[in-house]
Amino acid sequence: MEFKELIQQKLQSNFPEASLEFSEYKDEFSVKLDKKFIVPVCTLLKEDADLQFLLCEDITAVDWATRKNRFTVVYHIFSLKNKFRLKLKADVDEKDCNIDSVSSVWRAANWQERECYDMYGIIFNNHPDLRRMYMPEDFEYHPLRKDFPLLGIPGSLPLPKK
Amino acid sequence: MEKLIKDDVHPKIVQALLKDTDITIEDALENEMILNMGPQHPATHGVLRVLLRLDGETVIGCVPELGYLHRGYEKMAENMSYYEYIPHTDRLDYISPMANNVAWVLAVEKLAGIEVPPRAQYIRMMVAELARITSHLVAVGAFAMDVGALTVFLWTLREREKVLDIWDILCGARFTNSYTRIGGVANDAPPEALAKVKWFIDQFDDNLTECEKLLNTNRIFIERLEGIGVMSGELALDLGVTGPSLRASGIEFDLRRATPYLKYNEIDFNIPTYTEGDSLARYFVRVDEMRESAKIVRQILEKMPQGEVLANSPKKVLPHKTEIYTRMEELIHDFMIVNFGINPPVGEIYHAIEGSKGELGFYLVSKGEGHPWKCKIRSPSFNNLQALPHLVKGHMISDVVAIIGSIDPIMGEADK
Amino acid sequence: MGLEAKLNQDGFLVTKLDAIIGWARKNSVWPMPMGISCCAIEMMAVGDPKYDIARFGSEVMRFTPRQCDLMIVAGTVTYKMSHVVKKIYDQMPDPKWVIAMGACTSTGGMYRSYSVVQGIDQFLPVDVYVAGCPPRPDNLLNALIMIQEKIGKTRARDFQDLKLPELNVIQSN
Repeated sequence: MEFKELIQQKLQSNFPEASLEFSEYKDEFSVKLDKKFIVPVCTLLKEDADLQFLLCEDITAVDWATRKNRFTVVYHIFSLKNKFRLKLKADVDEKDCNIDSVSSVWRAANWQERECYDMYGIIFNNHPDLRRMYMPEDFEYHPLRKDFPLLGIPGSLPLPKK
Repeated sequence: MEKLIKDDVHPKIVQALLKDTDITIEDALENEMILNMGPQHPATHGVLRVLLRLDGETVIGCVPELGYLHRGYEKMAENMSYYEYIPHTDRLDYISPMANNVAWVLAVEKLAGIEVPPRAQYIRMMVAELARITSHLVAVGAFAMDVGALTVFLWTLREREKVLDIWDILCGARFTNSYTRIGGVANDAPPEALAKVKWFIDQFDDNLTECEKLLNTNRIFIERLEGIGVMSGELALDLGVTGPSLRASGIEFDLRRATPYLKYNEIDFNIPTYTEGDSLARYFVRVDEMRESAKIVRQILEKMPQGEVLANSPKKVLPHKTEIYTRMEELIHDFMIVNFGINPPVGEIYHAIEGSKGELGFYLVSKGEGHPWKCKIRSPSFNNLQALPHLVKGHMISDVVAIIGSIDPIMGEADK
Repeated sequence: MGLEAKLNQDGFLVTKLDAIIGWARKNSVWPMPMGISCCAIEMMAVGDPKYDIARFGSEVMRFTPRQCDLMIVAGTVTYKMSHVVKKIYDQMPDPKWVIAMGACTSTGGMYRSYSVVQGIDQFLPVDVYVAGCPPRPDNLLNALIMIQEKIGKTRARDFQDLKLPELNVIQSN
């Protein structure tokens, strides 16, 4: 059985109600799921003996600006045993802008989620240390949102006196 | 370094620093010591700021603070065309700009579906490996300088200058190259550049051995690094560490082998792996990798085919400058690509290469426009730095410098 | 300098105080390498054997601002970093000079974005701007020579009415 089918089968049998959608584009296999199931799905992917997605490469989000579910949180995880990269996606709405943190599954997710919070303002529930990663703590905006201008908001970041 | 006061540190950082105890900042400042290291500190390799909580001289807590070089790369990528972004990738990991160029164009080519001629692929592989050599030379030199061996730094920089001279011939710039183009490379590698590469590779081994002799038989160097900052393989993977730091912990993971790109599956090379996981092992991995890179470059020089260096795909690949000036059709294509971009089909891809620090990946989302809808840089330094608090715990202050040097973070890509 | 040969028999030399101080000062500029990003690597290259800043008497890069009289700001200054740069500049003893190395330090360069200061002259007095992204090491040496010329022309009376900046004195109790 091909590895993609194995993932598909394992996820579908364990999480029938997670509204899973599987897709493939340019040899990249991705799974879309309900955001409520992100932690159990990730735990399974990491701890299953056949799958072993031990490396969490990257966590980011995409801002779709006008779509109903405004953000999509994207996880790239890699299985060293099978040399396979998987993309997980979960939609997050602007009104309910939070998702469970996977930093209990991979410790690498700690900073990656902090960065995502800094840039998009998505709250990661149960995160051990949710602070801004790059911008100063008292900065009010989230720069990578599409409604934030490239040149910033004048006066939002103070300069030292001459 | 000077004494901190309460107002110097944001309360949230203090909270992170003191989170596993119930003491307050006043208590901590009274009984323990909170030491501010950076962002202007020669050993932090740029503008990394580390707050250390000390008991005497032993580190009991560490909070790295990033963002002093946050330049807004991802936001800028959303506002410029794919071609315009090539020079920006130079300045991500500014020790090995060539490798970043290669990573970016590979990602865009995957998104747009462009096939690259074999000669261009070999040239790209060559420059990526030479970039790895330059990066590791700086890493080893600066690392040695951090622990007190200044001569090595001068010697490794001398070697690095030779590669920079090769860049000069190859693309006209010695440091920030912007050499690759979508669909190929800017110009064909001239014979004198290839001859110089061959000369460099031939003499490199001896010179590297010379540099190595200064360190490998240096008792101070060995004793300052052995057993310092030990990281097990599982911990490293869990923390998302990739590159030489991961391979020093006994995990043989190299994207050149795991997901071969370019022509790496035609090349014979080893992946140096050590099992100790300490700072010394990380140094050894880097030195061995330089040798392997030299081996790869030698094979590339033998195998490099003749032929075109730009793909024949006029709607997506910028024509060469001389053609723009002399031919009508090329002029029109140039105008269209520069003004409206290459408009890849709607979709999203992630492509990663084994950069000199680890996995350097680009996640691109296209909406069919001339500029990316979203560009995410998966930078190795950012993820490798995450291991720092775990590594320094229980060590002395002087070891912090050695550990940062052995991780070799480049703040340009860590802060984006 | 050939002076020793002329002065070997208890000789003496007549000059203006300003001239001799300026001469001594300009040939022993101690830079404070404020290396922030890419330009810092080229600044390292200036110190290496090929370009060798020691020929100009400036190889003593001090990483503490208290011992320096020239700050080389090498790299993109973000808003978050600007406070640090300013704080370090304030700690340097007078007289002091500043080189803005590279396009992003001088004008913001290619980073027209929300987090990058569009030129450090918005909060620092800059003496020499160096073009390039990053400038070649030769270009930085050129800037150093220009600074030396400027330093050589300084007179003691230039610093007579110098107002010291207000420092944030840290009260430790």
